Amino acid sequence: MGRIGYFLLYLSLGFVAVFQIFPIVWLFLFSLKDNREIFAGSPFALPSEIRWENYLRVWEGGIGTYFWNSIWITGVSILFTLLFASMAVFVITRMKWKLSKLVLGLFMVGLMIPIHSALIPLFSMFLSVNLINNPLAIVITYTAYNLPITMMILLGFYYTIPREIEEAAIIDGASLHRLFFRILLPISAPVLSTTAIINMIYNWNEFVFVNTFISSDRYKTLTVGINNFVGQYMTDWGAIGATLVISVLPIIIAFIFFSNKVVEGISSSAVKG
Amino acid sequence: MNKVMSNKWFITLYLLPALLLVGILIFIPLVLTGYYGLMRWDGIGAMEFIGLTNYINVMQDGMFWQSAGHSGLLAVFSTLSLAIYLAVSMILASKIKGSDLLRKIYLLPMLLSSVAIAQLWIKIYNPSNGMLNEILAWFGVQNPPLWLADPNIVLYSIFIPILWQYAGFYILIYYAALKNIPESIIEAAKIDGASPIQIAYRIKLPLIMGVVKVTIVLAIVGSLKYFDLIYVMTGGGPNGASEVMASYMYKLAFGTNNFGYGSAVGFMLLIITLIVTVIIRKVTADKEELQY
Repeated sequence: MGRIGYFLLYLSLGFVAVFQIFPIVWLFLFSLKDNREIFAGSPFALPSEIRWENYLRVWEGGIGTYFWNSIWITGVSILFTLLFASMAVFVITRMKWKLSKLVLGLFMVGLMIPIHSALIPLFSMFLSVNLINNPLAIVITYTAYNLPITMMILLGFYYTIPREIEEAAIIDGASLHRLFFRILLPISAPVLSTTAIINMIYNWNEFVFVNTFISSDRYKTLTVGINNFVGQYMTDWGAIGATLVISVLPIIIAFIFFSNKVVEGISSSAVKG
Repeated sequence: MNKVMSNKWFITLYLLPALLLVGILIFIPLVLTGYYGLMRWDGIGAMEFIGLTNYINVMQDGMFWQSAGHSGLLAVFSTLSLAIYLAVSMILASKIKGSDLLRKIYLLPMLLSSVAIAQLWIKIYNPSNGMLNEILAWFGVQNPPLWLADPNIVLYSIFIPILWQYAGFYILIYYAALKNIPESIIEAAKIDGASPIQIAYRIKLPLIMGVVKVTIVLAIVGSLKYFDLIYVMTGGGPNGASEVMASYMYKLAFGTNNFGYGSAVGFMLLIITLIVTVIIRKVTADKEELQY
């Protein structure tokens, strides 16, 4: 391939890269500007003066509550999902019982379900047990809806664990609980961290469950919170930019530190589907 | 040994949390959606059984079929865009420097929430000082369309952020598949005098066809379930021009308290999604998987 060929290849790849990244850069730029600069200047211009006060203003305006709600709801849901998924996958892949294939199939059907079809009954169920406006409803919903995909990623790993590990543990007198918590769970740490990242991306960005089940500002997460917030700052683009940047920053930081895990998780959760 | 590994109490105990959660929060609601569809119900008061009336009405509801058509159109766009993603991955996988970094840049939008993406693109499309119109102005475009307010183009305007959001995801999947092709096959083809285009079309594409089929399923089924971005960007407007099945259901139930009818629409969404999934899996099923 000639030099022109390579030039054209890089040109097209570069074009895609600019298309993918520039909107995010633009968002970051206007989060540091004031309205006068945003409305009068070029969208490509750097801010004349870096206005961190946009961030201070939205943080004090109450976005902090949403932020912490997102953090703990995301975290607690991940813990439950990983624990329950590991327990179920352990039983399905390592224990001997008749219905294991059937039960596994049932969980895997969960992958195909459009969540919106379940939304109305979920709402009325939570209403009848007084869980509307209660973050517990969100935590259990996230846990349930993430279980199938999490189990699917874990399955591949559990199938590869050699039988000798269990045999040795049982012969040494370890209980099944001990086998699971002390041996299998620790050795599955690498794949657990992959699934944790996938769960984090899903939970952090989830919108429709929170929007439907939570109306009190006290319990809203960032995704739903920013949507209302943007309305409140309708014309203050600097504040809107800062709000959006705050909402995407934790995921981008996670990506910078764990990009290989993110890539691994996304590809293993997609291709097997 | 076998006795220990088939301990019924243990199996039940470890399976129960996952089974209960999935059963109560995923499977029971799906059955209930079908059941609620048989009711006249505002979500709070008493239900009134009205048989198949809601389902018959959905069948004759122009708004429902229009939104189903929009979902279908998005599915077509998404499937067509796979060709672009595939072309980019082919270039990326051809031993090019910096492909690692480029893949990460491409993936970035995928990590953001649809709400943040929607808010960002509302700003990009903003008629008075959005980035898009300012860039168009450099090229002398005087009267750009109202991207999100013109019923004739709103669906296309919405598709661009979708394209943007999922590019990295599909490129990642194709790239991984392409990297799995053994180098020896490509080398042999080169020695036989095949051009890069021929290698891409005649050798690489058939070898990753299994993955391509999976992505077609993902693109179509994903489009049928599309909701967040449209709900935030346009709310289905203007005048229903960007309504999709999920947003129509949401509007009926949580906008107008029409829970019975909304459930019937939700059940239709479920049935359509399952039917489409089964059909495209059947159509794309391999008679014999290509091996290398």
